[in-house]
Amino acid sequence: MSPTLLPLLVGLPLAAAGTTAMARQGARWVPGVLVTFLSVNVLAALWLVLSTHTGDVLAHGVGLWPGGIAIPFVADTLSALMLLVTSVLSLVCVAFALTSELGTVRLFAPLVLVLTAGVNGALLTADLFNLFVFIEVMLLPSYGLLILARRGEGTLGSVTGSRLYVTFNLFVSTVFLAGVAFVYGSAGTVNLAELAGAAAQSPAVSAATALCLFALGMKAATVPTHGWLARTYPSTSPAVTALFSGLHTKVAIYAIYRVYAMVFEGDQRYLWIGVVVFSATMVVGVLGAVGEDTMRSILAFHMVSQIGYILLGVALFTPAGLAAGIFYLLHHMIVKASLFLSAGAIEVRAGTGRLDRLTGFARREPLLAAAFLMAALSLAGLPPFSGFVAKLTLILAALDAGQVAAAVCAIAVSLVTLLSMLKIWNAVFVSPDPEPGPESRELSSGGPAAPEEAGGTVTVAAEPTRVGVKAALPALALAVITLGLGLGAETLLSVVTVAAEGLIDTAPYVEAVLG
Amino acid sequence: MLALSVGALVAGAVYLMLDRTFLRVVIGFVLLSHAVNLTLFGSGGLFRREEPLGSGPDPLVTADPLPQAFVLTAIVIAFAITVYLLVLAVTGREKEDEETDA
Repeated sequence: MSPTLLPLLVGLPLAAAGTTAMARQGARWVPGVLVTFLSVNVLAALWLVLSTHTGDVLAHGVGLWPGGIAIPFVADTLSALMLLVTSVLSLVCVAFALTSELGTVRLFAPLVLVLTAGVNGALLTADLFNLFVFIEVMLLPSYGLLILARRGEGTLGSVTGSRLYVTFNLFVSTVFLAGVAFVYGSAGTVNLAELAGAAAQSPAVSAATALCLFALGMKAATVPTHGWLARTYPSTSPAVTALFSGLHTKVAIYAIYRVYAMVFEGDQRYLWIGVVVFSATMVVGVLGAVGEDTMRSILAFHMVSQIGYILLGVALFTPAGLAAGIFYLLHHMIVKASLFLSAGAIEVRAGTGRLDRLTGFARREPLLAAAFLMAALSLAGLPPFSGFVAKLTLILAALDAGQVAAAVCAIAVSLVTLLSMLKIWNAVFVSPDPEPGPESRELSSGGPAAPEEAGGTVTVAAEPTRVGVKAALPALALAVITLGLGLGAETLLSVVTVAAEGLIDTAPYVEAVLG
Repeated sequence: MLALSVGALVAGAVYLMLDRTFLRVVIGFVLLSHAVNLTLFGSGGLFRREEPLGSGPDPLVTADPLPQAFVLTAIVIAFAITVYLLVLAVTGREKEDEETDA
């Protein structure tokens, strides 16, 4: 396999999406094709990581046009790592979706495949305008998935969620596009390699790029603009929430890392803005979570808080800070998806995500409880999970860079995180069995289904059925990965250090793209 | 002139988007995307408007094709999302924009 094959990572999923879109409802081969393609995607990403983990950069200009004119596809250590984690996440989330009824909905497979193509493209492109296009390619199927997931049950909530999500993302994309226009107008190119260091030479370029970064920051849900995430993510189906949490905001975060490193070359003058905004993101996110009372909305607010941690890495812009940020990013994607999946499995089983309606799951679902506990402790940053390594390296890096206030924020926020994870744990898993609850009696007597906000699957709660090993496995698999990352952190740390070096010294990237 | 049109479009877009009616928000987005498309056009240079045809076109005066390609792509994407927004606008509850918290 050579760099020439990089565009196939976008092309193949698109082709598969086209093929599966023509399938009839319930065609047996569609899930097979979906899983096969996603597995191939994982293998390809693994190969990319193996071939770039020493700091090599693979690049290919489509059509072999000279560098700067061609449409560039680049894989360096950072994008290869991101590609690996996003592809694993898609595979696991799809495995979860296939166990619930969502996976059987027609058009689910093509939408996920287009989403994969968009994510791959956004991670591999070295061109601001193509980044915009691939983010749109990623968003369009998401709009579909958001609605599809709730077809026929409680559509009102998801229509409201979708409206918010679509209008917000359209607005942000438009702002980003305006930023791209200004970059082209001031620098005469949108190729990231040609833009390397351009911000230092021209204030106009740096203002234009700042507009792009601002839009990406909105997409990543940093604090003044985090409201959309906490509102829309809980409104769709569990599998889709998990998928989005792993992919969407993370692609924006990746783009922030990449663009700031390339165009500004980590200019020290603007870093304080990042430190302030991202520390605020940490604090506001975690405080927002305290006031929520459903599992997924708590998790969504925690996501906002964690995004602050991840972006703190780029705001430090020291080798240690960047490496810690990237490590945190990878760890967070896995843990968050795992939490959303176990919360989702419970919700599918019980028909609600409200903390006061869920009790005693630890005894009935030991597997799921184990997965949730591992991921929750990892999120809060306890050893031996990957969250501990991620937080420790990040806080040490912040202290090294002299950002004591940010480090204090990070520690305080992780205490509050632990607190609200315990809140879910106590309410959902270890509280006594639901016999005394009026709801459960009403349900078991076969009365009319209570007007749960999740709706639809309430009747299941009356039977003593189990979530099933199949639905618990995806969350457990991801939880085991976080344990593995925590114990074998040394290996990953060395790779993310290489990735961080690639961000600080952009010369190999530029050379590979421009040839 | 171009800058004035962009400004007028953005002003109209913001005015419409602040309205409660979802349809007006959608129209606001149409205006906003036009504003950005004009900006993209402007980024190619306003005084290079000769057609890139014939023998030996002078690169100093011929139009830059790249922003035009950008605009074309952006129009297609904005159009697709606008159609989707319109679908969302008609699938909601009746008279929801009159409620205090829709």
